[in-house]
Amino acid sequence: MADQPIPALEVRNITKRFPGVIANQDVNLKLYPGEILGLLGENGAGKTTLMNIIYGLYHPTEGEILVRGQPVVMHSPKDAIALGIGMVHQHFQLVPVMTVAENVMLGSEAVRNGFLDVGAVAQRIHELSSRYNLDVDPYALVEDLPVGVRQRVEIVKTLYRQAEILILDEPTAVLTPQEIQGLFQIMNLLKEQGKSIIFITHKLKEVLQVADRIAVLRQGKVVGEADPRTATQASLAAMMVGREVILTVDKKPAQPGPVILEIQGLTARNDLGEPALREVSLTVRAGEILGVAGVQGNGQTELVEVLTGLRPALGGRITVQGKDMTNASPRQVTEEGPSCHVPEDRHAYGMVGSYSVAHNLVLNTYYRPPFAQGITVNEPAIVEHASRLVKEYDVRTPSVLTPASSLSGGNQQKMVVAREFSRPVKLLIAAQPTRGIDVGSIEFIHNQIVAKRDEDVAVLLVSYELDEIMALSDRIAVMYKGQIIDVLPREEATREKLGLLMAGVHPDEAASSA
Amino acid sequence: MSRKRVWKTSSIVSMVLAVGLVVMAILVNTTSLSQQTWLRVLFGVSALNFALRATVPLVLGALSGILCERSGIINIGIEGMMLAGAFAGFVVKVATNSWPLGMSLMAGVLAAVLIGGVMGLLHATLSIRYRMDQIISGTIIIILAAGFTAYLFDRDAVAEGKFVAMPIPGLSKIPVLGEVLFNNPPLTYLALILVVVLHVALFHTRWGLRTRACGEHPRAADTVGINVNRYRYMNTTLGGMMAGLAGGFLVLEAVGQFQEGMTAGRGFISLAAMIFGNWMPFGALGASALFGYTQALQNELLLAGVVNVPRHFISMLPYVVTIVAVSGFVGRVRPPAAEGKVYETESSA
Ligand SMILES: Nc1ncnc2c1ncn2[C@@H]1O[C@H](COP(=O)(O)OP(=O)(O)OP(=O)(O)O)[C@@H](O)[C@H]1O
Ligand SMILES: [Mg+2]
Repeated sequence: MADQPIPALEVRNITKRFPGVIANQDVNLKLYPGEILGLLGENGAGKTTLMNIIYGLYHPTEGEILVRGQPVVMHSPKDAIALGIGMVHQHFQLVPVMTVAENVMLGSEAVRNGFLDVGAVAQRIHELSSRYNLDVDPYALVEDLPVGVRQRVEIVKTLYRQAEILILDEPTAVLTPQEIQGLFQIMNLLKEQGKSIIFITHKLKEVLQVADRIAVLRQGKVVGEADPRTATQASLAAMMVGREVILTVDKKPAQPGPVILEIQGLTARNDLGEPALREVSLTVRAGEILGVAGVQGNGQTELVEVLTGLRPALGGRITVQGKDMTNASPRQVTEEGPSCHVPEDRHAYGMVGSYSVAHNLVLNTYYRPPFAQGITVNEPAIVEHASRLVKEYDVRTPSVLTPASSLSGGNQQKMVVAREFSRPVKLLIAAQPTRGIDVGSIEFIHNQIVAKRDEDVAVLLVSYELDEIMALSDRIAVMYKGQIIDVLPREEATREKLGLLMAGVHPDEAASSA
Repeated sequence: MSRKRVWKTSSIVSMVLAVGLVVMAILVNTTSLSQQTWLRVLFGVSALNFALRATVPLVLGALSGILCERSGIINIGIEGMMLAGAFAGFVVKVATNSWPLGMSLMAGVLAAVLIGGVMGLLHATLSIRYRMDQIISGTIIIILAAGFTAYLFDRDAVAEGKFVAMPIPGLSKIPVLGEVLFNNPPLTYLALILVVVLHVALFHTRWGLRTRACGEHPRAADTVGINVNRYRYMNTTLGGMMAGLAGGFLVLEAVGQFQEGMTAGRGFISLAAMIFGNWMPFGALGASALFGYTQALQNELLLAGVVNVPRHFISMLPYVVTIVAVSGFVGRVRPPAAEGKVYETESSA
């Protein structure tokens, strides 16, 4: 940048303190028109906080914000929206019982003769949706939409408001690889139109691909900038975490034991009442990791829900260690499996936001000693247990008594993982266990999963990240339209083969070996 | 999904019931079927008229609840707001007895609505500004209204005159239906119109969309620049006004005088109607009509001298129906997701 234009957005010496935490400390950042700034940082580094300040949701303790060279004070998101700032939040800000059109227009309604003009909004959504390949139906109810589509609705929301400065807080965490490439196309298109984008992600590959400039936050401070043309994943990871990170998983060959989980001809429906699982059969042995690969929305969510007792099976059989567990209650599944479950949607099924971290960490064991004493709970034991886990799993929180909802997204995920992994089990069901987690912690969680396997636990890993599946699995099952279209040993599973299977194409030689 | 299906069936069922009621009412009142005591009790014009009169305060109370709760504030204080409205309406009516009747009544209605609004604002302030538990704040409203009205009530005061029926030309001549629906005093019409107005406002205007967002997901509303607490203040105040109007109806249209504790639990029954009606204006109307009809039934049975059932059981009827209806439906209705929860944010501070 030889001749520096006026930045579209500049933050100067921003500091933000919460009780017991300094989330941002003396942060300086510039965002130029027509550029994509990648923002990296560990879980809890203060990325979301900084973005919320820029969006007017939080007020900085110190420092100032300049938009197009002018100092501004934002009292609420309304001011930010008026200044042309749009934000796609890390956690969806959509009203589930409303339609897409209602959600999109909320706060910037199209009104004709005093009444909402849903038709006009739907029209606009159709336009945006076809221009950017977003494929959203304006009349669908948000609660019926899968996460990937909800994310696109959020993007439509900002585009509808004609934002000039876009903040995307981990938009790719819930998208499929194809959707991510689609998003990048949109981002590049927006960039060409002179819009500026701040893009937050934990996937280093992505920033390297799409960003023009990279800034790294660590413990609330900007620790440096990097140029995507010269930086590598390893150099970025080291910058974020402050140490060398091993990006590949190091594991011994599996020693599969007896069958632990057996699924035969399982069928189930999704929330819309459509068939979601069609005769799914799988086995997972002790001491092996079975990875379920596939594009999101092909029945993976429903499979995990049926296995964990959250959704009824309409047909078929599930046995765990020889015991029939078809349509068992979640409590039976955890107790008699015994199994544990890292859910895909941590807010819906993984945690209680208003409870403390300590209480969240005993949600699956609170009714047993030492946490239960007769009919009362043993708080000291719970707190001690929590302090140990928080340290072991590096959950960054001011105290174990902090409500879980004020943790950063990645730290909430680590808390859920810590709880589920800390119990002796025979079966581990992990759906997207590293969603929204930074590279350093992914390394740790991956090692934990492998350690579980080496303790003879049967692991069923569902992930939309092909990299994660390939790094961890001993065998890989591919799901497509509610069916397992093939199961491959890890050695035979090349990226190309899996890619074809995930698209529903069954290569001939794979068919003959199945 | 299944929730929607439940509501489809239940609205079909209520349509069928309503049509059945109309058909029976026409048959009974125009043929010799009116000789049968039971049929007359169930479908006579006087029973239906009474039912409508009993429905009005219930539906206004339920609309009050909908206004508050759709924005996220639980309002169990409807009973108190109604009572305060009734009292204010009475006081102003008495004070303006010398005015022309119409103006004096209008002044009474205005006072009822205003005081209801003040009570609503108080409830909003306690629950938003002072973060008081909304159930407790609602209870305070009830106690406050009961205490003050009893203390200030002058038993010798007399309100002269009340609203009388204003037949709608043409429509009121329709046999049976005209007599029941189109020959009523003004506040009854107003209540029915308000049901339609609130429905349209909630689902087809900017205000309604924002209100529902505040009650369902205040954070989402906040992130698109909506001042959640401002909407909650506004709606709770409007809700109070609606309850005040219900009180005004009791004094200025139904009874003509004030009596201590004259709301007699109507505020609570309207809460039940709001729940039973799934926080929808038309649902609330249907539920209120059901409860109003059972009150009419109770009245008609006693009047017709039905003696083979002990009268205490007959008097219990409206309450039993309320309990059965609400307990049978609680699992199927869905309250606004964020109701009763304080919304705090740095941005609205
Ligand atoms: N409302 C709040 N009250 C108290 N502390 C908070 C609040 N919001 C965030 N924090 C704390 O501020 C710090 C930074 O959190 P932030 O959400 O900005 O992290 P992040 O970089 O976005 O992390 P992640 O990658 O996990 O999303 C964390 O320690 C978090 O616990
Ligand atoms: Mg974050």
